[in-house]
Amino acid sequence: MTQPVTAEDLQERVDGFLAGHDVAGDRREFLRARFDAGLAWVHYPDGLGGLGAPRVLQPVVDQRFAAAGAPDNSPRRIGIGLGMAAPTILRHGTAAQRARFLRPLWTAEEVWCQLFSEPGAGSDLAGVATRAVRNGDGWLIDGQKVWTSMAHQARWGILLARTDPAAAKHAGLTYFLCDMHAPGVEVRPLRQATGEAEFNEVFLSGVRLDDELRLGAVGEGWAVARTTLMNERVAIGGAALPREGGMIGVLVRTWRTRPELRTPALHDEVLRLWVRAEALRLTGIRLRQQLAAGEPGPEGSAMKLAFAALTQQISGTEVELLGAEGLRHDHWRADRPEELDLIGRGPTYRWLRAKGNSIEGGTSEVLRNIVAERVLGLPAEPRQDTGAAWKDLPR
Amino acid sequence: MTLDLRYTEEQEALRDSVRAMLTDRAPWARVLKVAESPEPDDADLWRLLSAETGLAALAVPEHLGGAGATLAETAVVLEELGRAVAPVPYLGTAVAGQLLLHLGDGELLRDLAGGEVVALALPFDVGPAASGLRLPGVEVSTAADGSPLLNGTVSSVADALRARVLLVPAGGALFAVEADAAGLTRTPVASLDETRPLCDLSMWNAPARLLAAGDRAAAGLDAALVAGAALLASEQLGLAQWCLDTTVEYLKTRFQFGRPVGSFQALKHRLADLWVELVQARAVARHAAAAVAVGDPDARLAAALAQAHCGPVAVRAAEECVQMHGGIGFTWEHPAHLYLKRAKSAAVAYGTAAHHRAALATLADLVPA
Repeated sequence: MTQPVTAEDLQERVDGFLAGHDVAGDRREFLRARFDAGLAWVHYPDGLGGLGAPRVLQPVVDQRFAAAGAPDNSPRRIGIGLGMAAPTILRHGTAAQRARFLRPLWTAEEVWCQLFSEPGAGSDLAGVATRAVRNGDGWLIDGQKVWTSMAHQARWGILLARTDPAAAKHAGLTYFLCDMHAPGVEVRPLRQATGEAEFNEVFLSGVRLDDELRLGAVGEGWAVARTTLMNERVAIGGAALPREGGMIGVLVRTWRTRPELRTPALHDEVLRLWVRAEALRLTGIRLRQQLAAGEPGPEGSAMKLAFAALTQQISGTEVELLGAEGLRHDHWRADRPEELDLIGRGPTYRWLRAKGNSIEGGTSEVLRNIVAERVLGLPAEPRQDTGAAWKDLPR
Repeated sequence: MTLDLRYTEEQEALRDSVRAMLTDRAPWARVLKVAESPEPDDADLWRLLSAETGLAALAVPEHLGGAGATLAETAVVLEELGRAVAPVPYLGTAVAGQLLLHLGDGELLRDLAGGEVVALALPFDVGPAASGLRLPGVEVSTAADGSPLLNGTVSSVADALRARVLLVPAGGALFAVEADAAGLTRTPVASLDETRPLCDLSMWNAPARLLAAGDRAAAGLDAALVAGAALLASEQLGLAQWCLDTTVEYLKTRFQFGRPVGSFQALKHRLADLWVELVQARAVARHAAAAVAVGDPDARLAAALAQAHCGPVAVRAAEECVQMHGGIGFTWEHPAHLYLKRAKSAAVAYGTAAHHRAALATLADLVPA
């Protein structure tokens, strides 16, 4: 059978699927059937929710389902699974791991979280200290992770742990899929500057994982993690939006509806931000067109860097545009949001939450290093931490 | 409609051949020599790009002697010309060509496709936001035989010194004036960017031919200036890319304090930020080129966005190039100053970023205070 590669082919397939499945029926069964029909993520292989079609055609499918009123898989709730865990499992997983994890991940039956950052390993992620020690035919995990969004709802976590402290720090790492329901996993809310507890600390105390939950070879964890990180940067910066669809839309709506707030200086500031937002939106469109085949390139880092700076400036301008009214916060309750929403609350929330954009998923400073060294090919700074065994490094 | 912002394989091949041609025929030492000479441009290079290869008439239909391609291909050539700061009247001729296409003037288009330079007689900073048809300066009178005569001056016109025909907006209409017409003089101006020098035009009872008047003239001029603003973004992109590439290569080989200076974060982070700007400038410039190529209803906004964004990026790239080269970057013997001057001149051409932001206030419904 030839692969469907045109938008028309895919529309026909979606229409055929919709003819046989009730959009008002059981949500879970509908999503499972959509996955099995290869209409989940069309660029994934046959049998894993896709059809091997160009990635750029995914919106054709999504829009057709949305227009029919079909249930979605709450993508904002499962962003870590979709954007980070799935591409990593697809690339580095065994056939059994792909078959086990990708379907419930996509149908949102299993939420994922990311167990990477630690109190002592943030920008220097390869310095993680969480230990994984062989224990019979499995592993015992001990350590502490932090900045873990959705951990309180997660069924699984992508985990970077140290299997060989005597090796150099990048060489001693192994990547696991962590069972968040296993004994010894403790999730504690971590309250942020916004007042809410979107993130968590995760304590791992003697957590036993089967060897089948190891992703990639022992000692290859850094290479596997890089797949996750490349995809994370695209996921954070690269959402497809219409013009004025993101945070800029909030600002310009205020500008249009509140003439009493306008000043000439703020007018030029709003225009500058509008230009930057539209430039970044077009960059995302171009990036997605290029992504049609293959893995995300380094342009994802450009999106993430520009996105972080832009959201911070837009939200800062919004607060000042509103004056004293912009200083009124909605509440300081320590809520536990169920999904990531950077713009859903008030201006002060937006401004505070945007401060996290240049820290989460790689700080802007680390991303600039990555761009300078991997994209531009500039020489690395002299380092003291690459030759020695990890256990001998100062910390 | 979502425009495709990628390059086609044909466009990549076009880029490769233009770059090879310019590497061979327009190395920077030659560009500098032309800029220092009294010649307005590189006549040999222009002959190669126009009469010999047809690259100067890519977007002119084949039945009028052009290549039958689109402005999206013209934009790719302009990226390479920007990369080389090539001293040829390519951009101005492309803009004049768009005006003639809009007016349906086959005869002048055939001349243009044959390698003649046709120039729009407007100050270089006039963009789509200005009402170029009504600029003061040139008066229209009538000769004894009823034919029009032009009197007045237009200052700071680009790409006009080699033109055989000048397209002159005056009194709400458009006229063609032969460059050798009695009463027309062109005075070269010492210009910031001597790779695209300006000149002043003065007309004293210069005989002219009416091309179009009223709405048709206004619409044609407007379409040409929208195309100019859109295309200029690709030239700025190519220029900025050269500045980034050249600076990166220099910082890998320049040693101070026992290290390549490119290993210092203070410089790396600035270049990383510049690259982020360039990634976005490419999307914006391709969007503008695609929009004017297909006549997208959004083309006016796309062109304004492109100039609001790409002009400042090119200036910043050239300024960083000079600064990060240190002492050598400030000398006449290094090409950086050619790029710096071209970037600043291009930032003013067809309207500054501020002019285009003001246009966007209307186009994007963001009314002033």
